[in-house]
Amino acid sequence: MAVNVMKHCVKCTRVWNQLARCQPVLSRCYQTNNNGEQVADIVISGGGMVGAAMACSLGHESVLQNKKIILLEAAPQKQFKLTEKLSNRTCTLSPASIQLFERCGVWPVIESMRCQQVLRMQVWESCSNSLISFNQDEMSDELAYVAENDVILESINRRLNEIKDRIEVMYSTKAENIQIPGGLDEPDSNAWVNILLNNGQTLKTKLLVGSDGMNSTVRKAANLHTVSFDYNQKAIVAVLNISETDNNVAWQRFLPTGPIAMLPMSDTAMSLIWTTSPEHADHLRSLSSESLVDAVNDAFWHDRDINQVADNFTNNFQKLLNNILPGESSLRQLPPTITGLQEGSVASFPLGLTHASNYVRHRVALIGDAAHRMHPLAGQGVNLGFGDVAKLTEIITKAASDGSDLGTLSYLKEYETSRQRKVLPVMATIDGLQRLYHTDFTPVVLLRSLGLQATNALGPLKNKIIEKASD
Amino acid sequence: MLSRKTLKLIGCGNYCRSCILTSNNCKTLTSVKFGTSRSSSLHCPLALTFSKLRYQKAGMCSGFQIGRNCSSKSQNRPVVTTTMDEEELKHFQALAKSWWDETGDFEALHAMNKLRVPFIRDGLVDQNDIVESDGLPLKDLTIVDVGSGGGILSEPLARLGAFVIGLDPVEESTTIAQLHLKEDPRVQCRVKYINGSVEDLASTESEKFDAVVASEVVEHVADLVSFVESCCKLLKPGGSLFITTMNKTVLSKSLAVFAAEKVFKIVPEGTHDWEKFVPPEDLKVILENNNMDVKMIHGMLYLPVFREWKWVKDTSINYALHAVKIDPTDVADDRL
Ligand SMILES: Cc1cc2nc3c(=O)[nH]c(=O)nc-3n(C[C@H](O)[C@H](O)[C@H](O)COP(=O)(O)OP(=O)(O)OC[C@H]3O[C@@H](n4cnc5c(N)ncnc54)[C@H](O)[C@@H]3O)c2cc1C
Ligand SMILES: C[S@@+](CC[C@H](N)C(=O)[O-])C[C@H]1O[C@@H](n2cnc3c(N)ncnc32)[C@H](O)[C@@H]1O
Repeated sequence: MAVNVMKHCVKCTRVWNQLARCQPVLSRCYQTNNNGEQVADIVISGGGMVGAAMACSLGHESVLQNKKIILLEAAPQKQFKLTEKLSNRTCTLSPASIQLFERCGVWPVIESMRCQQVLRMQVWESCSNSLISFNQDEMSDELAYVAENDVILESINRRLNEIKDRIEVMYSTKAENIQIPGGLDEPDSNAWVNILLNNGQTLKTKLLVGSDGMNSTVRKAANLHTVSFDYNQKAIVAVLNISETDNNVAWQRFLPTGPIAMLPMSDTAMSLIWTTSPEHADHLRSLSSESLVDAVNDAFWHDRDINQVADNFTNNFQKLLNNILPGESSLRQLPPTITGLQEGSVASFPLGLTHASNYVRHRVALIGDAAHRMHPLAGQGVNLGFGDVAKLTEIITKAASDGSDLGTLSYLKEYETSRQRKVLPVMATIDGLQRLYHTDFTPVVLLRSLGLQATNALGPLKNKIIEKASD
Repeated sequence: MLSRKTLKLIGCGNYCRSCILTSNNCKTLTSVKFGTSRSSSLHCPLALTFSKLRYQKAGMCSGFQIGRNCSSKSQNRPVVTTTMDEEELKHFQALAKSWWDETGDFEALHAMNKLRVPFIRDGLVDQNDIVESDGLPLKDLTIVDVGSGGGILSEPLARLGAFVIGLDPVEESTTIAQLHLKEDPRVQCRVKYINGSVEDLASTESEKFDAVVASEVVEHVADLVSFVESCCKLLKPGGSLFITTMNKTVLSKSLAVFAAEKVFKIVPEGTHDWEKFVPPEDLKVILENNNMDVKMIHGMLYLPVFREWKWVKDTSINYALHAVKIDPTDVADDRL
């Protein structure tokens, strides 16, 4: 018997030597096999701003450098050229988003192309004189930068091209049919997610990240429940011209029909985002350029909506605040006058809110608009998406350094918990603000006036709001 | 002498309440051994070699089973994989579900990976002065996972670059562990499960490994002293031993119910002697007697509500330990 044992153990040593020689096999395991099936550790479906940022961010994690990561984008690769012409789709990038871009080498590219710093933000309303303003000196860092969506996406894509040995991007490739294992009947499943592509190929992965936007195919395949709400509102966007100034202030005024905002794009241009009723939006779109410019100027300047009761009351309240906290009241600045608009830059979009009750399940995680789409009121939409990217990168990196299967639910749950803790309050606040400002009923007007004034005078409280708005 | 020791530990006797197999089970189930290597061969040419090896040596003893004491039968044991009866298949499936169901009976073991994998990783990185940045900090280190069960801990260690031998006396577990590798080319070529006891491996493979891991095993063994001795023997000088152990009441759901009662309906005799929690002080003494230097002992606490483990000071319920085999050449250097 003892002899027998010895023999086995000689064999065991052989096993060992074979294991040690097996390494090259590893890479071969991950190559396309005969059936046109390709295997990847992570597949990101949807190469919009959020999905591309996800790929780029993962590509910069050294712990993941031996993992195979694929990004799918339905649209063909764009040949982008920066021209004088500004785009009507812009984002206000928060410091946290900028940090993410700095970490993965995208920020210098954006800066070298085009973006504008926001040093001050003024929010006021048409129904009373209350106002809230955020200045740079109240903030340790700059509030934000405004950049065109095209510029952001192009910058990320250029960076992705530089790290293409780590991230494979498949353009003109659509995930058409997705099968996700691990239903209730097979909780122990070690199986793969199977993705059928429009070119007939099949991709297999251990973790599928859904960044395929509002109508996410991934979300549907994962059977993740959503709550949707249609605001019955539309947003008008356009590029506005102003006479040249140090253009570093973002302006937002709440009108009874919804908020109108102008973001600085360059020293002579503003990006307009005007949220209003569908009828009003259609009317605005039908106007000539000159009439639309007049309408925008009017919307920022007029005081027809001033509610007498509320205004008297808030004036007194302001005095009271001045007594308690002298020197804390802000000076109102006046917005610049619009001189014209860039031809062909006017467009409109319907607005809604969609929120997935769960962002993850076994082997699947949703990011960006696929998980949450909201009213663009606070310019939060895409920043929340980039926040998802930062957190999911952190979680995947942690799973990898713990040697875990990357699609393990317990890690993905950490991502979900952390993000929902951030996203839900923002959604509730924005949804609440939207409803609050969508009325001219006196008690509500009064309440919000007082609310705005109090937050402006009470520095610490305002700092809290800034923190919230910019992370 | 060897066979006696074997008899005591894996000798188809009662070595472990949770993972017990009687001689009867042993007889009927040996035939499934590494039956899975054939399917693995689809992904990894190495597996082919494994199965070839197995068929060639079929007349003697199948696969990489070592030190089975049923030696009289092993001479003519069939190697085909179809001799299992229905009843056993059912057990097999029940076991398979349990090991890899993250939220099932072994939930606490899965959750523990978030603590113990970094503990082992950092211990080894520290001990071996490893500098890495490519996600494979344990690259090419050789590790034996003693009492590997379904491979919950073996797989992550392999993903970090190590070559892992998972050793477990319970055949169903090694089979299931092997099966689970099938869908994972990243680890498939770096892990091999062996059905056997640590004593037998130690008798031929002494001083061969960079690390030995025995996680949640020592509270199940019949003879702790010789178990630890064998673990230490496997280590190269300077090699690391990692042990984690817990008070079994915490895991009562996962273990006691699992194998002994639910599956095999066996309540072994004399369980009290070796069901006890091993206090860290006792373990430390045994290790020091084996020329080991205990580097670190950390308390651990399980929070079932959060399904989460936390590091704590208190080592009286669960703890993780890292010890290093004293390298005689180092000692000599120190004296100079
Ligand atoms: C009028 C308006 C104004 C806005 N203003 C702001 C603002 O000021 N600030 C702000 O932060 N946010 C704003 N947003 C929101 C912001 O634009 C979105 O949050 C952001 O674009 C979401 O990015 P995403 O990558 O998640 O989704 P998307 O940009 O929708 O990208 C999804 C990508 O997935 C691809 N895709 C889809 N299906 C598949 C498939 N099956 N296979 C492969 N690829 C697929 C698509 O081609 C697309 O490229 C605004 C939105 C609107 C409508
Ligand atoms: C609680 S499980 C731990 C499994 C694995 N180490 C993990 O943590 O995921 C205990 C394992 O120890 C094994 N075992 C019990 N007695 C053993 C012994 N004497 N030698 C080696 N393994 C033993 C059992 O078969 C069982 O798989």
